Amino acid sequence: MKDGVVIEVEGLSRRFGHFLAVDKVSFDVKRGEIFGYLGANGAGKSTTIRMLCGLLKPSEGRAAVNGVDVAHDPEGVKRSIGYMSQKFSLYMDLTVTENLEFFGGAYGLSRRQLAVRTDEVLRAVDMIEQRDTRTGDLPGGMRQRVALASAMIHDPPILFLDEPTAGVDPEARRTFWQLIRTLAGQGTTIFVTTHYMDEAEYCHRIGLMVDGRLVALDAPEVLKRTHVPGRICRVEGSGASRALPVLGGLPGVLEAHPFGAGLHVRFDETRTGMAALQAALHDKGLDGFALTPIAPTLEDVFLAVVEAK
Amino acid sequence: MNDSARVLVAHQLHKRFKAQEALRGLSLGVAPGELYGLVGPDGAGKTTALRIMAGVMGPDEGYARIAGKDPLSGDPAVRSMLGYMPQQYSLYGDLSVDENLAFFGKMFCLDKATFSAQRERLLHITRLGRFGDRRADALSGGMYKKLALACSLLPKPRVLLLDEPTNGVDPVSRRELWALLFELVEDGMAVVVSTAYMDEAERCHRVGLLHRGQLLMEGAPTRLMAEHGNAATFEDLFLAAVREAA
Ligand SMILES: Nc1ncnc2c1ncn2[C@@H]1O[C@H](COP(=O)(O)OP(=O)(O)OP(=O)(O)O)[C@@H](O)[C@H]1O
Ligand SMILES: Nc1ncnc2c1ncn2[C@@H]1O[C@H](COP(=O)(O)OP(=O)(O)OP(=O)(O)O)[C@@H](O)[C@H]1O
Ligand SMILES: [Mg+2]
Ligand SMILES: [Mg+2]
Repeated sequence: MKDGVVIEVEGLSRRFGHFLAVDKVSFDVKRGEIFGYLGANGAGKSTTIRMLCGLLKPSEGRAAVNGVDVAHDPEGVKRSIGYMSQKFSLYMDLTVTENLEFFGGAYGLSRRQLAVRTDEVLRAVDMIEQRDTRTGDLPGGMRQRVALASAMIHDPPILFLDEPTAGVDPEARRTFWQLIRTLAGQGTTIFVTTHYMDEAEYCHRIGLMVDGRLVALDAPEVLKRTHVPGRICRVEGSGASRALPVLGGLPGVLEAHPFGAGLHVRFDETRTGMAALQAALHDKGLDGFALTPIAPTLEDVFLAVVEAK
Repeated sequence: MNDSARVLVAHQLHKRFKAQEALRGLSLGVAPGELYGLVGPDGAGKTTALRIMAGVMGPDEGYARIAGKDPLSGDPAVRSMLGYMPQQYSLYGDLSVDENLAFFGKMFCLDKATFSAQRERLLHITRLGRFGDRRADALSGGMYKKLALACSLLPKPRVLLLDEPTNGVDPVSRRELWALLFELVEDGMAVVVSTAYMDEAERCHRVGLLHRGQLLMEGAPTRLMAEHGNAATFEDLFLAAVREAA
């Protein structure tokens, strides 16, 4: 095992019939790293995770997790990881505590350890009040938190989290990410997928998948510098939706899309500029918009990379 | 706005599950051509509210009306006016993408021309066109969600209720789905959508912020943001309002 590397992936591929879902992916993840794995629906994120967790055999290539080869010793891999699947994995007719005890027991925790850990993880995800509620009666966002708690009940050194915050409310998402950062600070390695680009900002490094291939891999700041051609400005003002078709069709405009109540416009600064955009709006009788230059976000990176394929 | 302008009305809804009061007097109304966003913390009562408006279950008190009719009545006229996509949706896992769409097309009694036009369009938006013969249970999580959404968007109901339709949907498709929602409301549909994405909430004509079964605030997002300490984003407003109410 290379120094500090806990996940080692080399030329990993997976086929379903003739369809190549993961195509020769290679990367390393270090101990204590928060590694974000992004990509459009169907890009191959969950398939990669399932191979790394020893749940699905690779078609080609190799991967080692905590020094254990995933193809040769899938059971060995399962012992050193926690896995939160994208689909619900909880028993709906058990209470929250019963679910945690079930998963903890399966990982070989003793009665005593179970009692202590159940309490700790429930506090960590802020679900102590719901401990005796039937899981099926919980709202969607809270079930998601129980699933996270069950993935970390045995305090594993590596956590694979497949869209852990889908449908979770903004407050709980913040708490969740604080927890992730604390865990990483203590040396837990986090491999996480998300479609929330604001969350991806918390990752130390991000891998971007397009159609099964890993097309970019770097720190968020670097990706923003290297993968978003042109400049971006925010357009604010009432009736931004009327400004969209005007700006979208201008020469030099690479992309224009709604963002919150306003718009984001990305343009080639050698061919046009903010004054020209203002003038074009004015020509169409659209005035009173404020244009401000902004730094690219990871959403801009995602859109530029995925749309460029 | 008076009630007659509203194609969807919820009046003083109360709903209790054992000790849990899920709704405590929720009222709202949505007009044709309006996109109404329902947001709130996990457990605020969004799903309960949508299920009652869809006629899937009855309230303990209060009532819902779709174009003046009771969604609980089983009146076929209501059925044909109303589209609903639940938060946990299930498709036929052993049917392909194409077969699922065809099944729902038949169920909604769409004629051939309408069905194929709608199908084309929705396959394009969801980017599922290439995967017509893949079984639904072999789709990725987001692709499955998008197929479910496509199936529920096949008919063009007057009132559409969507419960967190974009969970698990990638940023590119999420943008395209929202563009489609805006087209639908421009054609006069009334849409209620619950969401955990605050950038989506910010784009709705009106938003209701639900907290413990009651509306904390309701109105145009930009107005609400201005009125509540000039919040820079709807997410800031959400966090501040929910913390204050707690
Ligand atoms: N059992 C299977 N049979 C056939 N194709 C499959 C199977 N499992 C997955 N696939 C396909 O592999 C591709 C990658 O799926 P995967 O679940 O890895 O995507 P993902 O990146 O996790 O997407 P999402 O963001 O929607 O979760 C998809 O096209 C999917 O339909
Ligand atoms: N069938 C049920 N049995 C018992 N309690 C229920 C049931 N359905 C909902 N509840 C409770 O009612 C409250 C509201 O739940 P609801 O599902 O409407 O919330 P929500 O706003 O949709 O949350 P989320 O964003 O997490 O989906 C919660 O406290 C929930 O536990
Ligand atoms: Mg996935
Ligand atoms: Mg819900």
